[in-house]
Formats: sequence, C-alpha cells, structure tokens
Amino acid sequence: MRCVVGIDLGSTTTKALLLTEEGEVLGRGITNSRSSYDVACAVAREEALTAARFHLLERHLAALPAAAGQRTDLETRLKEAFRLELYLDHLGQLREEIDQLLAAPHQREWRDLLSGAVAEILGRAEAGAPELFAGPGSRKSDFFRDLAGAAFVEEAERIAAAGEVPFERLLALYDRAILAVETRLQARSFSDLLRRAAARVRRGSGGRLDLDRRLTRVVEAVAAEPIEELTFVGTGYGRQTLPFPKESVRSEILCHGRGAHRFFPGTRTVLDIGGQDTKAIQVDATGVVTSFQMNDRCAAGSGRYLGYLADELNLGLHELGPLALQAKRQVRVSSTCTVFAGAELRERLALGEAREDVLAGLHRAMMLRAVSLLARSGGVFDQFTFTGGVARNPMAVKVLRELVAENYGDGVGINIHTDSIYMGAMGAALFALEDLAAGKGGVLPTFAQEATA
Amino acid sequence: MRTTETRSRPAAPAPPPVPPPKDASQLRQKRMIAEHFRTLERAPEEGRKVVYTFVPGNLTELLGALDLLPVLPEINALQSGMRNLSGGYIAEAEKAGHSEDVCTYVKCDLGMMKSGNVGPTGTKIPPPDLLLLSYTGCFTFLKWFELLREEYGCPVVMLHVPYQADGRITPEMRRYVVDQLERDVIPALERLAGRKLDLDELARRLELSRRTEDDLVAVWESAKHRPSPIDGYFGGVYYVGPIFSAFRGTEDARAYYRELLSEVEERIARGEGPTTPDGPFGEERYRLVVEGPPNWTSFNDFWRMFSREGAVVVAATYTKVGGLYDEGFRHDPARPLESLAEYCLTCYTNRCLPSRVDLLERYLREYSADGFLINSVKSCNSFSVGQLLMLRTLEERTGLPGGFIESDLVDPRYFGKANIENRVQSYLQMLESRKRGRYA
Repeated sequence: MRCVVGIDLGSTTTKALLLTEEGEVLGRGITNSRSSYDVACAVAREEALTAARFHLLERHLAALPAAAGQRTDLETRLKEAFRLELYLDHLGQLREEIDQLLAAPHQREWRDLLSGAVAEILGRAEAGAPELFAGPGSRKSDFFRDLAGAAFVEEAERIAAAGEVPFERLLALYDRAILAVETRLQARSFSDLLRRAAARVRRGSGGRLDLDRRLTRVVEAVAAEPIEELTFVGTGYGRQTLPFPKESVRSEILCHGRGAHRFFPGTRTVLDIGGQDTKAIQVDATGVVTSFQMNDRCAAGSGRYLGYLADELNLGLHELGPLALQAKRQVRVSSTCTVFAGAELRERLALGEAREDVLAGLHRAMMLRAVSLLARSGGVFDQFTFTGGVARNPMAVKVLRELVAENYGDGVGINIHTDSIYMGAMGAALFALEDLAAGKGGVLPTFAQEATA
Repeated sequence: MRTTETRSRPAAPAPPPVPPPKDASQLRQKRMIAEHFRTLERAPEEGRKVVYTFVPGNLTELLGALDLLPVLPEINALQSGMRNLSGGYIAEAEKAGHSEDVCTYVKCDLGMMKSGNVGPTGTKIPPPDLLLLSYTGCFTFLKWFELLREEYGCPVVMLHVPYQADGRITPEMRRYVVDQLERDVIPALERLAGRKLDLDELARRLELSRRTEDDLVAVWESAKHRPSPIDGYFGGVYYVGPIFSAFRGTEDARAYYRELLSEVEERIARGEGPTTPDGPFGEERYRLVVEGPPNWTSFNDFWRMFSREGAVVVAATYTKVGGLYDEGFRHDPARPLESLAEYCLTCYTNRCLPSRVDLLERYLREYSADGFLINSVKSCNSFSVGQLLMLRTLEERTGLPGGFIESDLVDPRYFGKANIENRVQSYLQMLESRKRGRYA
C-alpha cells in the first residue's frame, strides 16, 4: 500500500494522517505534543501507521465468509487487544526506566522500600490494564501518559497512606520516568504486537479452532503487506523548530482551509480553534484561502482557555462542555483574559452561582472572541465549517450556532465533523499528494527516515 | 523490539558571520548622520540653536536657511528601536506615569530624555531652544510636544495643517498655511536665530530639494522593473533617511540621492534585485505593496521573513509620511512658502482614508503587485484606524489578496515573532496557491 503523510504539529496535540494515492484516508494518529517535536511527530505517525494496518485488517476481515456483526466484533476485540499489548509494553519500559533511576547511588537509602512499592504499583497497573481496553468508553484518554499516570497515582496514594513510603518520592520517580519513556522513539514490530493481540483474543474466545485458523491467516497477511510512505508535508505551530524539511512545510492556515474544504466541499468560511491559535479563514470554491485572520499576542479564547478552566474546576477537559450544557442561565462574564476569567470563575462560585451557569457564560465569552475574529476576516459565509480541538466541545458548538444565527442569519449551514481535529493534517496530506503529482515527492523528515531504517 | 533515540534536528542556518558589504550610499548616509549628531553635540558651546520638529510637515529648508539645527524625535525613537534601546526607554517612561497604550515613539523619546538624552550615535543631544510643532494629521504630536514643553520649559510654535478630508488641497487651505508661516512660524524662527530670513538662501535650498526629490522619485519608480532593484519598504526606510530628517535642501542630500540612483541604475543594468541585510536578494517570487509603518525592534528579522521567501516590496505608503513626491509635488524655489505649505498638506498622514485607498490601488496596478500587506501598529491610531476597511475595499477593487499583521513601532513586547512569521508565510503561501489556481 502506497501513501502520503500529513502531520499537524499543534501546541497541544500532534496529528498524523495517511492518504492513499487515490486520496482515501488510510490511517490517523494523534498524540500529546511534547518537548521533543521529533518524538511527537514520530509517535503520531506510528499511530497512523498502526491505524492503517487496522484499515487493512478490516479489509481482510471483510473478505472472510462470516456475518458482518461477527466481523466487526472480531475487529474491535483485536484492536483493543492490540492497544492493550502496546500499553503493557509501555508499562514494561516505565518499569525499566524506574529501575535505572533507583540504581543511582543517591537512592541507596530508599532503594529497597521504593523498589517494593513500585513493583506493587506497576503489578496492579498491569493487572488492571485489560479493563481499560474492554471496548469503547472503557478509558478516559487514549494517551499512555494519562492512563498510566492515573493508575500510578491511585496505587501510590494507597501505598503512601500506610505511612512507610512517601507519596512525593513515588510521584517524582514516575514524573522522571514517564518523561524518558515519552521522549524515546519506539520502533515496534507491528506484526509481533498483532500476533500477541491475536493470541489474546484466541485465549479470550476459549480457543475455538476455526477462529484460530482464520485469525492466523489474517494476521499474517496484514503483517506482511508493506506500507510505503511516498512523501510528506508538515504543518503546525512553532514554525521555527518544526522537524520538517523547509520544502515540505505548509502554513496551517492553508492546511486547515484545505482540509475543511475536503471534508465539506461547500465550505467558504472556516473557524479553527486549537490549543493556542484561533483562525478565521475564508476559502474559495476550490478550497484556496482568500483571506484570514488569527489571534495575535494573546491566546485568550483558544483551547488553552478551556484547559485552564478545567484545571480550576478540577475537571477533565471533555467534561466542561456537557456540564455547561446543563446551565439554566448564562452568567455574564466580562473578562476575555484567561487568567482573569479564572479569577472571575472563582469569584462567581464564591458568590453562590451554579458552576454550569458560570461555565456557560465563560463559553460565550470565548466564542464572542472567535466571532469577532471571523468578522475581521470578512464575515461568515455559507457553508461554515468549525474545526480544531474545541469543535469537540458541545457547548462551544451550541454557542457558536447561536452567535452565527444572531449575526449572519439562519441561512448559514454549519459543518462540524467528528474528525475536525484532523483537518490540518488532512490539508497537509492533500498538499503532499499535490507535491507528489508535481514530481516533488520523496521528502521524508529525519524521524521518519530513522523509523523506517 | 528496537528502541531508537531520536537524532537531534539539524540547526537552523546561521546568519552569515560577516555582514555583507554595505552600498556606498549607505556608508555615506551613516557619515552624514554621525556628522549631524556631532554638530548637535557642539551646538551649545558654539551658540547654535536647536529646534525639535516632526518628520511629516518638516520645514528643514527654512530651518537650514536660518542656520537652525533640527532634531527629529521620531527618528531618534526608531533608531533606539533598531538598537535595542527602546525597551528600556519605554520602561523609563512608564515609570514616569505614561500608560502602556500610549504611542511608543512618545514613550521611547521621553525615556531617552530621562536617560540623559544620548542619541543613536552615542553623542548627547542638546535640549530644544524651540519646539516646532507641525501638525499634519497625527493628533499625538500635539500631546507629545506638550509633554516636552513641560520638561524643557521652552516655547512651542505651532503650524496647523488642515486635514485633506476631501482628498484635495484648496487654495484656501494653502493660504491658511502660508499665513501661519508668515505670521507665526517665520517670525518665531527669526527671533530664535537672531536674524532675518534670507529668501535667496531659502530658494537655493528649495532648488536642491526639488532636484533631490526628482532622484528619489526615480528610485521609487525603479521598482516597476522586474526584478525590482529596490525594496520600497524595508530598503525604502533607509532611502528616505536623509530627505525625511535633517538633510532636505542640502548638498549632502543631493549627493546621497545621486549616488543612490546610480547604484539602483547599475542594479537594473545587471538585472539584480535589492540589497538585503543578508546580501543580494535571491529570485523575485512575489511583488508586494505594504501599508503601515514597520516594526523597528526586530527590523532585520521582519525583513528576512520576506526576503528569504523571495518577496520584495515594490511600493509602500509608510515611506511617504515625510512627503508624497511620486504624485508630482516638488518644492519650488519660485513659490517658496506656497510650496512648503503644499508639502505639508500632501504628507501621507494628512490624507483621508479614501485617498489612501486610491494611492494603494494605484501602487498595486502600476507596480504590477501580486498583493498587499497591512502592518497594523496598535499604539499608532492615526495609521491604524480604518485599515481593515481599507483592506476590504482594496480587495474588492483590485481582486488582489490582502494580508494583515499586527506589531508595534518600538515596543519590543509587541513583536511576536512566531505569530508574525506564521501570518507572513501563510500569506505568501496563499499567494502561491492563488497563482497556481485550483487545487487538483
């Protein structure tokens, strides 16, 4: 299978998307952006490659003579088992890393006590792992750092409560080890992991012989099929330090505009709210950007604003929108500055306002900024496509719909795609296809060269 | 299972260790400026009088004819910005009670004054004996000299230039300015100089100005060539140095523009682009028109964002703040006061929004530009008000794409390099996409 790669290195998350030469999505991957951009890109790309393998797997499974429901079930179980194997593999590395840290001379005094505690913590984390991969909705995040961190902290708190091992020492070990694990690029054998996942599914199915033979065949076929990356375009925040060759970097404004237009060809106006950028983009009938505005100097009203509010309320980012939707009224919030908004939130709560009502007001304040940017870019035209991580927040979407109707009437169709976070990577991949057609293919960044080497 | 440590990315290309040689004209300008500041430093002991004044609507020939020495606080401020001194000066001014949102030229100037009034070449600038306030559309000028009057306790003479609200100059407007020159400005300058104005000397200087202005216009219009031999914005701010500051109407300025024009003509003959801080310009890929002043604190970084992408500015409005000569105006020794009045009236800052749009439209067409960019300066209301409207109107009239970036004159806190570079690159890539047309 031959494909091109688009990577969107955002301030919060890094996304990769593989497109076939025919422009079909082969796979997508997402990971936390980290201090090392190379690693973030490599991890997102690995994820996308893994997803591409599953795409192939799906095709092979579809060729099997079985009822559609069974096939889907088998695919889901294999995917979850694969993720579980990956998670366990990561936990193994975390253990190795902590062992190394404990071997340092200054740990002599605490070594035995901490080693015992860590063994217990990671043992329990491993034992609890299958529950995290039991199908859709079984975990709160797809990122190893979040999942392992939650498990580690829970167990560490329990052990520390007994009074012998200080919680801070355990947490310090985890913090250092996770950083090392995250900034190391893993080149794993997909087929090994898939075989292990298949074995796990077989064990879970009671070792039925027909399933066994079928799985073996499929796994071998998928593992053997080569995926060739032909060329590559990168985009995203922090242009100075992107780990991409200059000739394959495209502006994220062009990528978002083009990606949104690909998903919704009627698109004329795009709003993208990412981690720290808000962009209002106008595109023509073919997806070429004609005008744009983006936030300047101040990132209030971007994704980080919500992240900050979530931290203030001790909530997960994904919980904010649904909670705000329960508001009975909207508290008027005057601050556009994120830090001031945080202070206003605390003040309102102290005055007895309901959490969801204040949150509703904060969402409105945020979207008002976005609508002002849209106005400066020329307005909102039919169709209007909302992209970026914040498009996943249902309250943000609700407020945006209201504001667009208020300012531009009811005639504007609003598009939001479940994959809106991948719009930038999609645009980048489309540029990669264009480069390929123009004979400018063959560009692979260093991290991709190493991983394939 | 294999573990690979990621290899570090190759470092970004370092700027050349030795700066490329400067053009002869540039070295000449440097000498002229150094000499002027040395003259200023000696002024108190030599008993020469010093007049502070503004670039738009400056009356340099008049001052020169009376042997008065001009100081231009705006130019000192932008020079401080280029020399990384403005941040400290602005902090000084804020300490003295000036708000964060005030024009940063003003704060930089006040901060410099409070820090000993040492000029850009390291010499002390004497205090003003008179403040010549030519008001040409920037309201802040009034407040600025009000503050300086308090600080220095010296007199102000004001020249009120009526705004070109309808985009044209009427005989009454000209008369009004000439009257002020005759009644207020010249008598005040004569009192300070201790002598009468020599009209022949004024005419001699105005004749020099006229010829200098011809050369400058030839330099601007050279950008109609492909490739353009000049950058009319980043290079242009150097080209206006002598004529916008202390040198209009002098032999020095005349020699500078002769030399500059011959350098430009040589580049045209050789088919070369402009000179940049990194050496010769590469292939010309985009021709742009720019509206608004540049950022001074990261001036070379800002320029590189364009030059490295092959974007050349073929015409700019900012380089017309001290005189719009490419619309035909010339100083005229036969009509000395009338032409000085017309000069003040034509300055870019004194023009209404519709005539600014007309000018930009003309530049876009006559210089075969691919698009235009507006650098909006937050602390400069006189420039920034209405710029988005100008952008929309120009896009509608010409069908050419406009870009919008935001920074500041001399406050380094307001230059977000990554953000600005992102916008500039996005804009240039947008031009590229539009040139290529439909996506496949």
